[in-house]
Amino acid sequence: MSDALIGIEGISKRFQTLEVLRGVDLDVNKGESIVVIGQSGCGKSVLLKHLVRLLEPDEGAVFFDGVDISSLTGRRLIEMRRRYGMLFQSAALFDSLTVAENVGLGLTEERLHSEAEIERIVDEKLQMVGLSDVRDKNPSELSGGMRKRVGLARAIAGSPEVLLYDEPTTGLDPITADMINDMIVDLHRKLNVTSIAVTHDMTSAFKIADRIVMLYDGQVEFDGSPDEIRNSSNEVVRQFITGSAVGPIQVR
Amino acid sequence: MESGLTILGRRGVKFVTKLGGIFLMLGRFLVALKELPRSLGLVFEQLYTLGVKSLPLIIIISIFVGAVAAWQAAYQFKFIGAPLRYLGQAVGKAVVIELAPVLSAIVFAGRVGAGVTAELGSMRVTEQIDALESMGINPIRYLVMPRVLACLFMVPLLVVFAIFIAILGGLVVSVIGVDVSSETFLNGFRNSFQVGDFINGMIKAAVFGLIIGIVGCYEGFHTRGGAQGVGLATTNSVVISSVLILVFNFIFALILFRI
Repeated sequence: MSDALIGIEGISKRFQTLEVLRGVDLDVNKGESIVVIGQSGCGKSVLLKHLVRLLEPDEGAVFFDGVDISSLTGRRLIEMRRRYGMLFQSAALFDSLTVAENVGLGLTEERLHSEAEIERIVDEKLQMVGLSDVRDKNPSELSGGMRKRVGLARAIAGSPEVLLYDEPTTGLDPITADMINDMIVDLHRKLNVTSIAVTHDMTSAFKIADRIVMLYDGQVEFDGSPDEIRNSSNEVVRQFITGSAVGPIQVR
Repeated sequence: MESGLTILGRRGVKFVTKLGGIFLMLGRFLVALKELPRSLGLVFEQLYTLGVKSLPLIIIISIFVGAVAAWQAAYQFKFIGAPLRYLGQAVGKAVVIELAPVLSAIVFAGRVGAGVTAELGSMRVTEQIDALESMGINPIRYLVMPRVLACLFMVPLLVVFAIFIAILGGLVVSVIGVDVSSETFLNGFRNSFQVGDFINGMIKAAVFGLIIGIVGCYEGFHTRGGAQGVGLATTNSVVISSVLILVFNFIFALILFRI
């Protein structure tokens, strides 16, 4: 086991007959900004969900800060999860709560802060994502981009050490997507966190990553810097980053 | 081509898996109860949303349940030549022991069980339950426990209302349609009323409430796919709850009302 903040060791995951991950190995060091790329359905989101134990591997193990997370139960599992903040693909805002309640929910349930303190943190986080004026609105009243930004505010509300982004720009127009990318870069720097994003949007990947990992056929096909991936001679990588339908990757 | 035995075997495995899953959900609910004090606000919210808001529907069905019970009893009494002074007794027994608990529970399963499944199912497919877990919030404590407790407490309470309203419905039909005086009807009901029957009815109602809550939450939590998955889970929730209510009603009849 390495001394990386997050260690993924040979994880495999199968859903019925579909083998999604086949022995994935990956180390994430503190402070890195990693983007995992790959075709739709290649297991990127599945990999991300393994990190906070929303899914458990059939084989292999995930380590966080040197601890095998499969050994965590009860309070220790909750504490591990609170060191992460996660932005979901659809933002996953709670329909029955207002924007402010969504952002503050984790803090309210943690019961470590006073109501006034939670209010202050919620306002601060909403300001960071440029949405101070929607705190009392319901999620259904927001646009897709705004929902993602509220999701982002919720993800950072608990001052996590690691931020996970599941397809942060999917479904957004190019301008809003670029604004989200800027926000991810900005938060990574300001909050001094480790960031892991999964996406198939190469513009986004090149903008936010200092390391890019490509998943293909359930395994890590490429692991290197944005410059290395641009200059890679690997045909699979080249086909993916140029967005060509012709090549070794079969369109599913 | 699969043989009939293979299909039967697969369905058998699916049935046992589902039953096991429902029991597991019950176990997780019981474990989460130790955190009840910090979830009291959520419980009261659900008591109102699931229980109090069901009252108008329960009142409407109870009026007609009582009315048709009185009418059908009178019809049978005339057929076998039984005196109509026992009408209040017959309607009272039927309502307290069977009609109010079972019919209220089935209506509650249709309204509340389906609603709980649809809500949790939508939360599952839109990753809201995953989001809760990723934030370190136990979704069983936050979502399941308040809903199951609300079902457990509100079904018996609604059955009390259902009994009262159904007797009223039966009384009105008896006086207007069957020509039995209100004194005769109510005397018959009073003479036959036993506290034991009422308590048994309440025990049944509480178990039915527990079934509706647990099945509703289980189906919601295990929803897969999109809108179609939510629809399927909702249908399953109502069907499984209704069948279990009738099966448990028979078991209660054997245990509580020995011949």
